[in-house]
Amino acid sequence: MAVASPPPNTNHIGLTREIYKGAATTLCAGCGHNSITNNLIKALFDFGVEPHMLAKMSGIGCSSKTPAYFVDRAHGFNGVHGRMPSLATGAKLANRDLLVLGISGDGDTASIGLGQFCHMVRRNLDCTYVVEDNGCYGLTKGQFSATADIGSTLKKGQVNEFETIDVCGLAIELGATFVARSFSGDGKQLVPLLEAAFAHRGTAVLDVISPCVTFNDHDGSTKSYAYVKEHDLLLHTPDFIPSYEEVLVDYEPGTVQDVELQDGSHILLRKLEEDYDATDSMDAIRVIREGRERGELVTGLLYVKPDASDLCAREHMAQRPLVQMGEDELRIDRAGWDALMQTFA
Amino acid sequence: MSAQSPVVNDLTIQAATVNGSGSQSSNLVLTKAIFRMGIPVAPKNVFPSNIEGLPTWFDVRVSPQGYQCRSRDVDILVALNIGTWNTDVAGVKSGGVVIHEAKYPVAGPTQRADLTYYAVPFAALAKEKISADGLRKYLTNMIYVGVLAWLLGIETEAIESALRDQFRRKPAAVDTNMQAVMVGHDYAAENLVKTDRYALQRMTGHTDGRILMEGNQASALGALMGGATVAAWYPITPSSSLCENFISYCEKFRVDTSTGEKRYAVIQAEDELAALGMVFGATWAGARAFTSTSGPGLSLMAEFAGLGYYAELPAVIFDVQRVGPSTGLPTRTMQGDISFAYTLSHGDTRHIVLLPGSSEENYQFAMQAFDLADRFQTPVFVLTDLDLGMNLWMADPLPYPEKAFDRGKVLSAEELDGVQGWGRYRDRDGDGIPWRTLPGTPNPEAGFFTRGSGHDEDARYSERPEVCQRVLDRIARKHETVRQWVPEPEMDESGNRAAILAFGSSHFAVVEARDQLRDAGVEVDYMRVRALPFHADVAAFIERHDRIYVVEQNRDGQMLSLLRQELPGRLIDRLISVRHYNGVPIDAHAITDPVLEAERPAAVSVQRSA
Repeated sequence: MAVASPPPNTNHIGLTREIYKGAATTLCAGCGHNSITNNLIKALFDFGVEPHMLAKMSGIGCSSKTPAYFVDRAHGFNGVHGRMPSLATGAKLANRDLLVLGISGDGDTASIGLGQFCHMVRRNLDCTYVVEDNGCYGLTKGQFSATADIGSTLKKGQVNEFETIDVCGLAIELGATFVARSFSGDGKQLVPLLEAAFAHRGTAVLDVISPCVTFNDHDGSTKSYAYVKEHDLLLHTPDFIPSYEEVLVDYEPGTVQDVELQDGSHILLRKLEEDYDATDSMDAIRVIREGRERGELVTGLLYVKPDASDLCAREHMAQRPLVQMGEDELRIDRAGWDALMQTFA
Repeated sequence: MSAQSPVVNDLTIQAATVNGSGSQSSNLVLTKAIFRMGIPVAPKNVFPSNIEGLPTWFDVRVSPQGYQCRSRDVDILVALNIGTWNTDVAGVKSGGVVIHEAKYPVAGPTQRADLTYYAVPFAALAKEKISADGLRKYLTNMIYVGVLAWLLGIETEAIESALRDQFRRKPAAVDTNMQAVMVGHDYAAENLVKTDRYALQRMTGHTDGRILMEGNQASALGALMGGATVAAWYPITPSSSLCENFISYCEKFRVDTSTGEKRYAVIQAEDELAALGMVFGATWAGARAFTSTSGPGLSLMAEFAGLGYYAELPAVIFDVQRVGPSTGLPTRTMQGDISFAYTLSHGDTRHIVLLPGSSEENYQFAMQAFDLADRFQTPVFVLTDLDLGMNLWMADPLPYPEKAFDRGKVLSAEELDGVQGWGRYRDRDGDGIPWRTLPGTPNPEAGFFTRGSGHDEDARYSERPEVCQRVLDRIARKHETVRQWVPEPEMDESGNRAAILAFGSSHFAVVEARDQLRDAGVEVDYMRVRALPFHADVAAFIERHDRIYVVEQNRDGQMLSLLRQELPGRLIDRLISVRHYNGVPIDAHAITDPVLEAERPAAVSVQRSA
């Protein structure tokens, strides 16, 4: 019996991984953002996203350049600083069949774009929203961002005196329906999280810690490779993959594993019990805060509310994308028009 | 003028009340009742930025010629606000009438020998005759409609018919309100003796088949019939009613009756910045989308306007202008955003700006704005103002659109197959307008990267000097093409050397001013500019005249400055600025007086040489 099988090295819609690649990166060698891009390519390929149905949205900054580096065939929109959520909202309203993927940074999300981020989350716009979070402004040479931890220092020694904005905690407070944190180099954790985000109907916020190798990768920074490797507390997915070389781990739920990385640093991986309830927002907030008090970044799927209705559903929008509608569906008919005019007579 | 000579159908009634007292319904009923008698009306609501307690005025101007601009004269004052009693009486034209709450003191400055006073115990009548406690405040205002009906001869049937319109959704309210009207009417008939000279009499041939419509209603209908499916807005006076009307028309005409599904989406955004962002997101994805705002919102939109210009994205932005700068006077009118809107953004930008001058044009230009935005892939600003947007205007019924949407240069998946290397920003047709594709187009060649940063013809990031300049030049070329597509100016010429140039809501004052000037022996031609960038006809018209009076409702003569920038040098000296900028709508005298002063010597010398 002949069974049609997909061509070799293709995903379930018959496309090669090559299709999911983009232009060559222009970011610094070793930048965490490049690792995220690679993981996005894997996730989009695995998920079998139709390239022409993908809308790649971004704001301004190093992070926001990255949509040029994957799925060349898809439409991309690199808008203005901090305003990607509004562009993404409009795009989704116009064509609800699009898979909207927003790539932002910590400055783009937590400083200049905090307002739009908040309102996108509370509207539960159906999109995947990735924050490539390095706690600093790369493009303008390394100033603090609002996600920099209090007490962390810049290369020149300035200390951040201000409270950090925790994107995940904030999102949960705003009624987010999917909130996760991960690490740029942790493909084994990040790829399944991304795929879950694509599948989620609503705003899926992924705060991905992504060390800036140029401006924030030094001992005073709490978002350096070394710091994150030592303080990362992982939920669910237990491996750590720096951009330069893969480190694989395999261990059971409820256990802790000490992993030695290439540079000799160590990471404690704590896989939560399998019965960790990601649907309890109070619990998620507690986990985030307790981690922060210990100086640890808790990673994994922190909170999910799978059955919430998204913006298009709340607006009772037609199932058929608005963009496909023509004069017949959008204009009042002649009889209705004449009757309407009579009401002004 | 003798107090005995009758004044028929040529007067202005001013109702001076307190904001929040419910006078709006009474004023609309009064307006419509007069309109139903076949008499042309021009109502102006001069209201405060306030929910309750500040003074508000509603003027109903009536004229046999159908003048729709504000009149400076108040012939009949209905005084129901003790707070403005003194100044309101002072504002009444000599020979005029004051209908006032009987308790108000008529003494000193309020006791004018040249006015006729009718004291009516409004409060007492309301207390005594109106049983509905909760409605008493509102119904009190209906009492003055009844007094005016007795005084001027407004037909009871016309009032009843106007009430039925006003309370279309609450038929029971018609009777209650009519009773209140009759309380006023009967009190006046039994207790007052008419000694003034004013009267309203039924006319024919002036209002038949016409409608009364607010400009914002007309704009909303234009947006709906123009195919807008996404609207994003932030509430702001005086534009809010535009989006609110759009919503209510959509609820009526764009909801599937069986499923409840909407063929539109309206989002109240967190600010105007986000509103325009949503619009661009939607148009990028192929929908027709708009936002409506006023000056302060426009300031916030500057950032996205530049993106739309440079990344070449359609958008329709209604700016219902109010007094600026800053918060300004939110409930007063001005034409002060012209310069700002035209080049909104940092860097070299130039936008399409449409300047409707009537309710009909609010509708037509709204529809056309969506076509132009798609055709040129650029933001289109529709600049109206509070006067045009929020007041009722007589208009012809809006015509049903005969043309299909012009979606401009959009390549489908099939069409793309026939094009080699289409290049998002390539000028394939020599008109500066590139071709675009929409997300969701199933063709591997369709995708491209939209960005507000430097890009080449294939939408790739570029900082190369020659590419930078080439792209800017191509967009400039595109905006030259625009000139042939925007509404041409409306011109009324009969060979005079002097002419008035105006735009937008100033039109109605120009119409009356030209009559006043003619009466004074001065004939002037007229051109109404209807869009920026200027159509080629604008310079040609100016070339045919020696003196051009540029009429506008702003302090700095913004239109004149734009003309100065774009006209050949030899024409610039012909421009003479006429400006009005106190927040209330322009009236004819604001034009007639300065033009007459300047033209009279010319008129005299022309007569001598003839």
